[in-house]
Amino acid sequence: MKRFPMNRMRAAVLSRLRGRHLLATLTVALVATVGLVACTSSNAATSSGNGKRLSVVAYSVAKPAYDALQKGFASTTGGSGVTWRSSYGASGDQSRAVQHGQQADYLAFSLEPDLTRLVPKFVASDWNNGPTKGLVSESVVAIVVRKGNPKKITGWDDLARSGVKIVTPDPGSSGSAKWNILAAYTHVLARGGTDAEAETYLKKFYANVVSKPDSGSKATQTFLNGTGDVLISYENEAIAARQKGQALDYIVPAESILIENPAAVTVTAPQAAKDFLTYVVSADGQKVLASKGFRPVLAGTSLPTVVGANDPAKPFPTVAHLVTVADLGGWNAINKKYFDDPTGIVSRIEAGAQ
Amino acid sequence: MTLAAPGVERRGAGFRRAAAQSDGRMPLRTAAGLGLGAAVLWLSLLVLLPLAAVIVKGTGNGWSGFWDALTTREALSALRLTVFSSIGVAALNAVIGTLIAWVLVRDRFRGKRVVEVVIDIPFALPTIVAGLVLLTLYGPHSPVGVNWYATTRGVILALLFVTLPFVVRTVQPVLIGLDREVEEAAASLGASRFTTFLRVILPAILPAIAGGAALAFARAMGEYGSVVLISGGLQFKTEISSMYVYSQIENDQLAAAAATATALLAISLVVIGLLDIVQRWAARRG
Amino acid sequence: MDSQIAPAATTDLSAPIVVGKAPTQPRRPRRTGTYVLRSIAVGYVGVLVLVPLAVVVWRTIQPGLDTFWETVADRTAVHAIVLTGVVTGITVLLNVVFGIGMALLLVRYRFPGRRLLNILIDLPLAVSPIVVGLALILVYGQEGGWLSGLGVQVIYSIPGMVLATAFVSLPLVVRELVPVLEEEGLDQELAARSLGANARQCFRRITLPTIKWALAYGVVLSLARAIGEFGAVKVVSGNVIGQTQTVTLLVDERAEQFEPGAYQASILLIAVTVICIVGVSLIHPPEGRS
Repeated sequence: MKRFPMNRMRAAVLSRLRGRHLLATLTVALVATVGLVACTSSNAATSSGNGKRLSVVAYSVAKPAYDALQKGFASTTGGSGVTWRSSYGASGDQSRAVQHGQQADYLAFSLEPDLTRLVPKFVASDWNNGPTKGLVSESVVAIVVRKGNPKKITGWDDLARSGVKIVTPDPGSSGSAKWNILAAYTHVLARGGTDAEAETYLKKFYANVVSKPDSGSKATQTFLNGTGDVLISYENEAIAARQKGQALDYIVPAESILIENPAAVTVTAPQAAKDFLTYVVSADGQKVLASKGFRPVLAGTSLPTVVGANDPAKPFPTVAHLVTVADLGGWNAINKKYFDDPTGIVSRIEAGAQ
Repeated sequence: MTLAAPGVERRGAGFRRAAAQSDGRMPLRTAAGLGLGAAVLWLSLLVLLPLAAVIVKGTGNGWSGFWDALTTREALSALRLTVFSSIGVAALNAVIGTLIAWVLVRDRFRGKRVVEVVIDIPFALPTIVAGLVLLTLYGPHSPVGVNWYATTRGVILALLFVTLPFVVRTVQPVLIGLDREVEEAAASLGASRFTTFLRVILPAILPAIAGGAALAFARAMGEYGSVVLISGGLQFKTEISSMYVYSQIENDQLAAAAATATALLAISLVVIGLLDIVQRWAARRG
Repeated sequence: MDSQIAPAATTDLSAPIVVGKAPTQPRRPRRTGTYVLRSIAVGYVGVLVLVPLAVVVWRTIQPGLDTFWETVADRTAVHAIVLTGVVTGITVLLNVVFGIGMALLLVRYRFPGRRLLNILIDLPLAVSPIVVGLALILVYGQEGGWLSGLGVQVIYSIPGMVLATAFVSLPLVVRELVPVLEEEGLDQELAARSLGANARQCFRRITLPTIKWALAYGVVLSLARAIGEFGAVKVVSGNVIGQTQTVTLLVDERAEQFEPGAYQASILLIAVTVICIVGVSLIHPPEGRS
């Protein structure tokens, strides 16, 4: 910036001694006062003794859902007067953040391992003892395409075609990414293929990946900004994007994986957080989730018309070959087989692609 | 100013002795010593310790560990993109910045004041706002149909935006202070304007240009907020080192993050150090 | 430094010295070269800065004033603004206190390591904001940080954000004060001391008035920098909406989530920036007076 012109030498000493320091003193005093006020108010702002201020740490694509759930909760008795502090980001990153000291009362992640790593220090070990086994929502992996489906994608096999550019998040940080990869791999198995064939497919899939953003919602943003032909994401994220008026189409492929999203309260959470969790798995809460494109876990939830779904009246089509985590042997087995560094299938493929 | 008044001997003796030193500085006494201690403590807690921690973490696995982390395909392509863009941007700024400084100093036209203010905007504007501003005009929803999202061009554009003021503001004061008589003498001896510029003006402003370019380089090497929106973060294509370091931090790969961070620090410091040497050499010559 | 003093051609000492104005000389007829250069310069600056800014202003105004108030006065935005104010206030205060102290130390005193101090103060200019965030996490993070046993939550909390902002704005105040103090020299103070003033009076009545404009300049620079910091704060804050989200982080999130209000929040920041720039350009030394 402009250099400060130097013309000080002309001033006489005695005129200096004439107490012309008012402005400087005032400036310093003002800054000091602001600082002091700031310090005291900041202390108040960060203290979490207030039972009515809840901290939510959630995975990135859950934001539209939790914005709506927070509004819905406010109209219940337990929820009136609650103020929120919410953080959204890639599921794995958010989980690690809580581990590193980020404050949280209510946790919502994309997949179970991100929650179970916080047991027992942050989450009680009986978190999944409830009727819904700790889950609050479900979804399936969907293939999102440009409006009108110009590349004529009908299913997973089309993604291995040369020239199809795929956007999928980075499995190192994102929960969505892991679901996507599992769905891509297991679709081969679901149709009677072998592991070797599935691995070949996954290599072709990876060869077509042009961008690996950090989180599910960042992947959506990247896709909407014009990168890639195809985005692999949650069904609920596709619906949410369409609810925001974005021009895209999505396909629920014939083979997919059942995405199960867990949520829990932390060990230090106040009663209001527990009430919120109860609300989320209640009929009302599940209806709110459904309206945002999430498949409810509570059996018998009446589905509202879901704006943005392919068929708003029947928003959650049955998937012909739906694989579940249980089918694959549970998350420990899954992580070992696919994601562990360096022997997991995905780690090997990613390293090979390096 | 000599102090010959009586009584000064007692109170002002220390000052007199000190003032007699050629550099006009005083030795430290208790109050100033305490102040120095406080300053050192502050700088340590704020700057020294954290930067040392980065270097320690980055080189914690020895030289081979550092090198391996630095040369993974993703880290290396990010570093390559960062270094080459920064060099390109610094070079471009050296030329266009000098031109702009010349116009601001030597030309007079209506609206020049506006240009002056506008040039300072990239320096003071929050980087994320700069990013949004550029994405708006040069991104997928551009009103003029220019879409540089997720391209190297977009990255360079963002870097040019934030480094605009550097060369301009370092060259401007030097141009102002130039002695016009030498130029006029050259002109009267028959030198063309171009020759005058090349032989008379350019050598005088070269240190300033180099200084500004080095600052622009250092800024471009580390830039994040203005680039992140328009770059799209395509690995191996438009991901710059600061974005790579950020994603490694988020993935809890702090050692890998620190390795690239150390490399970034080293490169910037080397360039600034070189600049210092060049400037001193030029000053001695000039 | 001669290059920073106005050219000798201007002999009117009472006129304010404006950087950028050529000394008065007989008007030369304009060449085409001049027009070419002028249009390149103005065109470059316009296309790079002015036009994109204008588009953003347009996109903000277009949805109307109601949308503007809605997105700027909603809960998360208000909290972000207050938080930015708090962090900025503390940071500027720290910069002023340590800035004056370090400037005085650098200029007035001789001690081993003075050159090192000089270099350390300039170091933040060369460091990427993401690296700043990483550096602070490595020292103050709760898992394995060098100083993690402090018991105060630094990362994911306001102290961390203050540290990050203070780091990047460290040199700004010091670098404005040093040239002014250097030019003054010790003479005034020595004279004052010889007339019987003690250290405190000296500081209040000699030093402070000397540096007051440079200090104001540095404060405004520091203010603008602190309000606008993004990368470093993003890393250390955890970006908790309603708790550790500053206005810059709010803009980022709204842009990312395609939520309305990114432009409106940006306009606030742009306005503050322009006010700061205009403010510093108005801070002239009182010529003729002292």
